[in-house]
Amino acid sequence: MKFCGPKLSLCGIIISIWGIIQLVLMGFFYYIRSVALIEDLNISEEHKFTDPQEFYSTADKMYSLNAYNCWIAACLYIFTLVVSGHQFYMNNRNTMSL
Amino acid sequence: MGSMFRSEEMALCQLFIQPEAAYASVATMGEAGVVQFRDLNSEMNVFQRKFVSEVRRCDELERKLRYIQAEVYKDHVHVPVPESSVFPFAPNPREIINLESQLERTESEILELSHNAVNLKSNYLELTELKHVLEKTHAFFEELDMDFLDSFSFQQQDGASGTDSLTKALISDEALNSQSQVTRGRLGFVAGVVPRERVPGFERMLWRISRGNVFLRRAELEDSLEDPSTGNEIFKTVFVAFFQGEQLKSRVKKVCSGFHASFYNCPSAHSERQEMLKGVKTRLEDLNMVLNQTRDHRQRVLTTVTKDLHNWGVMVRKMKAIYHTLNLFNMDVTKKCLIGECWIPIKDLAFIRHTLAEGSKAVGSSIPSFLNIIETNENPPTFNRTNRFTQGFQNLVDSYSVSGYREVNPALYTIITFPFLFGVMFGDAGHGIILTVFSAYMVIYEQQLSKTKSSNEIWNIFFGGRYIILLMGLFSIYTGIIYNDVFSKSVNLFGSSWSINENPSYIIGNKSITLDPATKDYLQEPYPLGLDPVWQVAVNKIIFLNSYKMKLSIIFGVVHMMFGVVLSVVNHVHFNKKINIILQFIPQMLFLVLLFLYMVSLMFMKWIWYGPKNSLKTSPRCAPSVLIMFINMMLFKHTKPFDGCDEYMFEGQDHLQKIFVIIAMLCIPVMLFGKPLYIILYERRHKKHTSDSCGELNGSIELKETELSGMLNNAIGHEEEEPASEIFIHQSIETIEYVLSTVSHTASYLRLWALSLAHAQLSEVLWNMVLRLGLTSETHWGAIKLYIMFGVWSMFTLAILVMMEGLSAFLHTLRLHWVEFMSKFYIGNGHAFQPFWFKHVLENEEAVED
Repeated sequence: MKFCGPKLSLCGIIISIWGIIQLVLMGFFYYIRSVALIEDLNISEEHKFTDPQEFYSTADKMYSLNAYNCWIAACLYIFTLVVSGHQFYMNNRNTMSL
Repeated sequence: MGSMFRSEEMALCQLFIQPEAAYASVATMGEAGVVQFRDLNSEMNVFQRKFVSEVRRCDELERKLRYIQAEVYKDHVHVPVPESSVFPFAPNPREIINLESQLERTESEILELSHNAVNLKSNYLELTELKHVLEKTHAFFEELDMDFLDSFSFQQQDGASGTDSLTKALISDEALNSQSQVTRGRLGFVAGVVPRERVPGFERMLWRISRGNVFLRRAELEDSLEDPSTGNEIFKTVFVAFFQGEQLKSRVKKVCSGFHASFYNCPSAHSERQEMLKGVKTRLEDLNMVLNQTRDHRQRVLTTVTKDLHNWGVMVRKMKAIYHTLNLFNMDVTKKCLIGECWIPIKDLAFIRHTLAEGSKAVGSSIPSFLNIIETNENPPTFNRTNRFTQGFQNLVDSYSVSGYREVNPALYTIITFPFLFGVMFGDAGHGIILTVFSAYMVIYEQQLSKTKSSNEIWNIFFGGRYIILLMGLFSIYTGIIYNDVFSKSVNLFGSSWSINENPSYIIGNKSITLDPATKDYLQEPYPLGLDPVWQVAVNKIIFLNSYKMKLSIIFGVVHMMFGVVLSVVNHVHFNKKINIILQFIPQMLFLVLLFLYMVSLMFMKWIWYGPKNSLKTSPRCAPSVLIMFINMMLFKHTKPFDGCDEYMFEGQDHLQKIFVIIAMLCIPVMLFGKPLYIILYERRHKKHTSDSCGELNGSIELKETELSGMLNNAIGHEEEEPASEIFIHQSIETIEYVLSTVSHTASYLRLWALSLAHAQLSEVLWNMVLRLGLTSETHWGAIKLYIMFGVWSMFTLAILVMMEGLSAFLHTLRLHWVEFMSKFYIGNGHAFQPFWFKHVLENEEAVED
């Protein structure tokens, strides 16, 4: 079954490979609590923390949530890679037989 | 010195070739592509030249090849992709004859085949039409009363009067009815086919000529028919026209032929028609078989031809190119020798001599061909030998202008400075990795990629500059590490030197905290590589980066320009204009060093001497602004410093600055008047002495060489004729340009800062506006959001940050090289070396074909 053209499937492959690499790495960085990514956590600036412990526990929770989210998204990109790779193969096989 | 440093030394040579050996020798030179022939017969037109008949022969061969190719394409025969790396050599005379006869044979075979095929097909077409006519008319006759048909045939046989039912069935018109009753002529009919688009006109015409007395029935053919000669689809309509009387019959026939209708003999009796139809069908089957066989045969012939078609094309093109080149040669008076003039790189002289010897040995000629180097005053062409890697950089320079003969070639330095300045503007390791991966793919697979010739212009541009892009990518990664930017995020590899030493309650209570480098917030040791990652979360990041990048770009700019000025010395020395070093280079250099390099040194002094832990005089509070200091220096002004601070960085700085400015200003008149005065006062007087002796020499030289020396004298005379006023004007333009441009060019390098700032900001905005949407979520459903947002973010990163920003950084880098760097030393008034090279010949032809 073929539903993507050759260009779209190639684009899908490239984006998926990029996505897998970057999202796995980002997940890892979230997992090790990278400070550079703290601005991208869902912690609103208006929220007033009363003691550091509270802040740490919230940040900790958000860090692991984002780490797993990144890895899940990476898995979705693995799926995309498989689909677009299959499409690319189908397209290529068609052109080869011509 | 390497060949990239300046263009290769060239020699103007005269080739004396035996006519028999000429073809083979020129063919070998064409393969190597190191010889540029000059046209010695420019006054002759194309048809007066020597090898016209040979060129015509090639044209004829090309025509045949084109015909065969067209036939191949018409039949959709698969053409094998030629391996572009392996090209056949130019054919030798025996091969030419073989090739000619082979092409002749193939062409006539194909011609005959197609002629036969057309005949067969038109036969086939006729039969199919007849078949359709028989089938369709059947329905017309069927519609009518069977009785009528009988009576109709009867009527045709003996001409007896028809019944009323006949006329009623045929023509319902009252007037006609009565008329037909009166005349009672023979009622005949014509059946045939007419092209569908002509039917309305045909019908109207029949109506008009017969005043409505012709009855026309028609039925359209559903299937298309094939035009025998062109193979196009045609649609036709079957018609039957009934009429009365011989006169009308001839008229109807005339109309039919006028409308290109073909009519067929169609018996009126049903049984006869059936029989005929059967006969036609069997004939059609037979014909079909024959047709298939011809088609198969044709396919076989064409398939065998396609294998060699590409090689034949290459051979013929090479042959034609050789004869065109030979047409540039002169014939010796004795008609025993061809004389050609050409530019040859000195390095290849041995090769050419060898080629000539081989060529005459191959034809067994007793007199060897040889070459003779001519002394000339003409400007030789510029030839920079390049390889895959240097080609792209040489193109960057050549698209500005081709360097003069033996002038310093800026392409050598461009190889590093170009990617470096690009990287300064495109400083992001993430985007650099994308560029590197893309170009590395092109470099690694260049063999395969160059074989599949793409017509996509953008792809070809990228592919041509693959090594440039690779280096640009690598340098962007490097500057990205220095700026500590990976997709606008910083990486903390070595541990930041900054720390927060406040108690938690203070941190929670304050939105932002000031870190003072003088306290223990700062380790007093800088981050080992590049920018400290702490700046990513700092509020004053941009203020800090602006100051840093602005200074950096001025430093790079001044160094780059000084390097350009230094390169002009190499040119002055090589062209033996040593006086230019004193009158041009030294004042130019002094001007640049005393003003702008001094400003750069002020920056370094400020960076080194001033620090937060120092005493008040060298504390950040007292650090003077370099820009203000420089402006004050130029205008001899003063700015009042803060209390307790010094206006200057060191003792006696104001005196030093005054001396610098005065010396720099004194350089301007030296640049302005130095060279013109030198030319007027010294060189002219000097030349008067030499010109007399020059004339004496000429008298004793042979005819041909006097011409040359005449040219030489002309060239010198031309230089001499320039009047003093013009020299002054030239020099003043040059000087004013230089003085003004040092200021404007230094400022121009600020684009390094501006673009890198824009790039960093844009990538940060993209991350914050797009990817952050996918990252800030409270549940695991956010993964899907992240999946989508990552796709959007990566597309924008590619389109805007890598493609658009990359292109703009590329253009700015190009400008910095062309204008700011090359204007310091580059004249670029040369003309490119255009060797006779089969590779170019074939590429050009292909480009024309496309």
